Amino acid sequence: MLAELGNFALVIALMLAVLLSIYPMWGAYRDHDKMMAMAKPLAIGMFLFTAFSYFCLTYAFVTDDFSLAYVANTSSMSLPIYYKYTGVWGGHEGSFLLWVLIFSLWTVAVAIFSKGIPTKMVARVLAILGAVGIGFYLFMLVTSNPFDRLLPFYPIDGKDLNPLLQDFGMIIHPPMLYMGYVGFSVAFAFAIAALISGKLDSTWARWSRPWTIAAWAFLTLGLALGSWWAYYELGWGGWWFWDPSENAAFMPWLAGTALMHSLAVTEKRKVFKSWTVFLAIAAFSLSLLGTFLIRSGVLVSVHAFASDPGRGLFILGLLVVIIGGSLALYALRASEVKSDGRYQLISREVFLMGNNVFLTAATIVVVLGTLFPLVHKELGMGAISIGAPFFNQMFTYLIVPFVFFMGLGPLSRWKNQSPQALYKQLLIAFGLSLAAALLINMNYSEPSYMAALGLVLSFWVIVTTIMEIHQRITPALSQGMGVVASLQQLTRSHWGMVTGHLGFAVMLIGICLVSAYSVERNVRMAEGDSVNINNYEFVFKGVFAHQGPNYSSDMGKVEVFEDDEFVTTLTAEKRFYPVQRTTMTEAGIDSGFTRDLFMALGEQLKNGDWSIRIYVKPFIDWIWAGAFIMALGGVFSISDRRYRMAKLNKNKGKKHSQGEQPT
Amino acid sequence: MNPRRKKRLLAVSAVLVVLTGAVSLMLYALSQNIDLFYTPSEIIEGKEGVIPEVGQRLRVGGMVVEGSVKRNQDTLDVSFDLTDTGPIVTVSYHGLLPDLFREGQGIVATGVLTSENHIQAHEVLAKHDEEYMPPELAEKLKGIKHVNPNQTSPNEY
Repeated sequence: MLAELGNFALVIALMLAVLLSIYPMWGAYRDHDKMMAMAKPLAIGMFLFTAFSYFCLTYAFVTDDFSLAYVANTSSMSLPIYYKYTGVWGGHEGSFLLWVLIFSLWTVAVAIFSKGIPTKMVARVLAILGAVGIGFYLFMLVTSNPFDRLLPFYPIDGKDLNPLLQDFGMIIHPPMLYMGYVGFSVAFAFAIAALISGKLDSTWARWSRPWTIAAWAFLTLGLALGSWWAYYELGWGGWWFWDPSENAAFMPWLAGTALMHSLAVTEKRKVFKSWTVFLAIAAFSLSLLGTFLIRSGVLVSVHAFASDPGRGLFILGLLVVIIGGSLALYALRASEVKSDGRYQLISREVFLMGNNVFLTAATIVVVLGTLFPLVHKELGMGAISIGAPFFNQMFTYLIVPFVFFMGLGPLSRWKNQSPQALYKQLLIAFGLSLAAALLINMNYSEPSYMAALGLVLSFWVIVTTIMEIHQRITPALSQGMGVVASLQQLTRSHWGMVTGHLGFAVMLIGICLVSAYSVERNVRMAEGDSVNINNYEFVFKGVFAHQGPNYSSDMGKVEVFEDDEFVTTLTAEKRFYPVQRTTMTEAGIDSGFTRDLFMALGEQLKNGDWSIRIYVKPFIDWIWAGAFIMALGGVFSISDRRYRMAKLNKNKGKKHSQGEQPT
Repeated sequence: MNPRRKKRLLAVSAVLVVLTGAVSLMLYALSQNIDLFYTPSEIIEGKEGVIPEVGQRLRVGGMVVEGSVKRNQDTLDVSFDLTDTGPIVTVSYHGLLPDLFREGQGIVATGVLTSENHIQAHEVLAKHDEEYMPPELAEKLKGIKHVNPNQTSPNEY
């Protein structure tokens, strides 16, 4: 019964989305305040009904209602209770329900937290979100309804949640990722609303910026969590596979990163306006493209949902309407946009443009590498695959100039930068980063050139970032202010940038060291055998049987000694899930600041030996730590006072000081 | 030409040069990294009349022949036969086989063709699903497009 109510609630949410797309837009067109005021309650209603629908599906999971096809396919009686809550997004239909729930949440957030933005703009933004929502809700109800019943004949027990998803990383990965994916719809809505209004000024960029940064930060976290999960759950010890589904999320991330920086230029300098709008459209379109690729099953991937051409066709249609419509509007309006700002060749604007060029190039590489096999096949030229080396090679080329600009941008001034002053700083920065990189790289017995290059790049970012802070606080210091006080003067959004860039450097250090200095051994071991890697000794202690709640497992133990001193016992599992008759590998990992020890069981060979993977991965945790720091930078940026200023300014009319301090 | 236009021209041409360079590099890297997909019968009999050359990188997808898996007793070297509709190719591999590698199961291997019916693989993939057959293979065998044989079962995320 509750499931039917859930379904009904979804239909109502769809109706509200339809109303939301019409009334406020019309109101904005006719200058009708009451119609525009409809936007907020409609958005809230859409959210409440979607949330109710989500609650109904969760209830069906918790109560083991296997008469629902989706529950029967993704849950079972023996599934632990916490996985029943998270299993709601363990398959296509439910994860899309989570998707629309998050979408409606963003919409409500825009409706509530936009007090400083003119009513007309908010009305348009919400109307566009409503229009996008129509597509999402229709997709859900038409092609992938999680409330479909299996009546009258339904199974006694479900098929169980995919064992790969019975894991903590999987609990938080999809919501984070969807927050990011769907969050770009807000940036998109702002861009389109600005296009419709014809007022593409810097205020638009200021309104859109915190939303874009928020979406970007979530996407960063989502990607990092996915990578972390793949590392410990897939049992290969890799952290990025250039799998189509990873690429699907990586494309909007790259475009979103470019958008974030371009928005900064548009807000501060009133230039790159049409380019920024274009990026906003691109980031959201790439989110949708990624969704299409994964959910239609056209690409083969570890993430592929059961393929269904109908779904693919629907999303493709949605993609065509959204991209086509917005690009048409863009073409119509972009010519009217005039840049007011002037800038010289050596200026921050140009360096940020450089950053955008390389981010765009990276996006194109990923899009091409992901779509090329598809096109190749559809053209009848046979099935092909593009391996990871392609992407690795391209990103190695791209990252050098990209990081170069990344150091240059913050150090230089808007409009016009004197080359001489910059040149001196750069030389010092380069010398420092080269020295630091070489010193670190010398520690390894077989130094690698690639690692040295990567380290130089990382330290380049770190050194220039520190120089930039120093440059910023110099005026305050010379006025006799203390270091702490002058550091406190810097705005939150400035700290956001600094944190973000440092996070990137941390990640880069992790990536280059783990790529160059990982030691991977696939060995065959009997009880008592040992393997030496660097100064670690791994002693195999045998395999023991173990019984979990819905699986049985073989647990292998390996004791690790460093220079004959006991470090830890690694426990890896080979789990067998009887309901799905699936075997799963759980790696045994000891994480450390400078290295991870990794162990995974292969299989038992005929004479009782086991094949075992034993890896030492230096600095691998820095990759995810870096991503986390980057996301933290996003949080700092959003919390900047400037974004709440509009609200304060509005109240200033009433002559309340509201604690506004001079900056 | 006034100085501002000159600078703009310079900026635009710099961007163009970088773009051209990037695109050509990308296409070159792409051409180096394409692995064509073959079935065992296509390796033996040729794909559209073209038999793959020895030394070529490729992907092969097929079913592991029952009883063909041979392991070296001391190392992790393993070899097995793959088939689809008749012809058989042998795949050698050093390392750990995936969890769901089993005789009679569909797998995909990436590697180099070392003789007309032997592949030295550096990667062997099997899907986390009992009834899984590589989609490329399913398509070849059944002539159906885009239909995953395990459509009814919940797939991976």
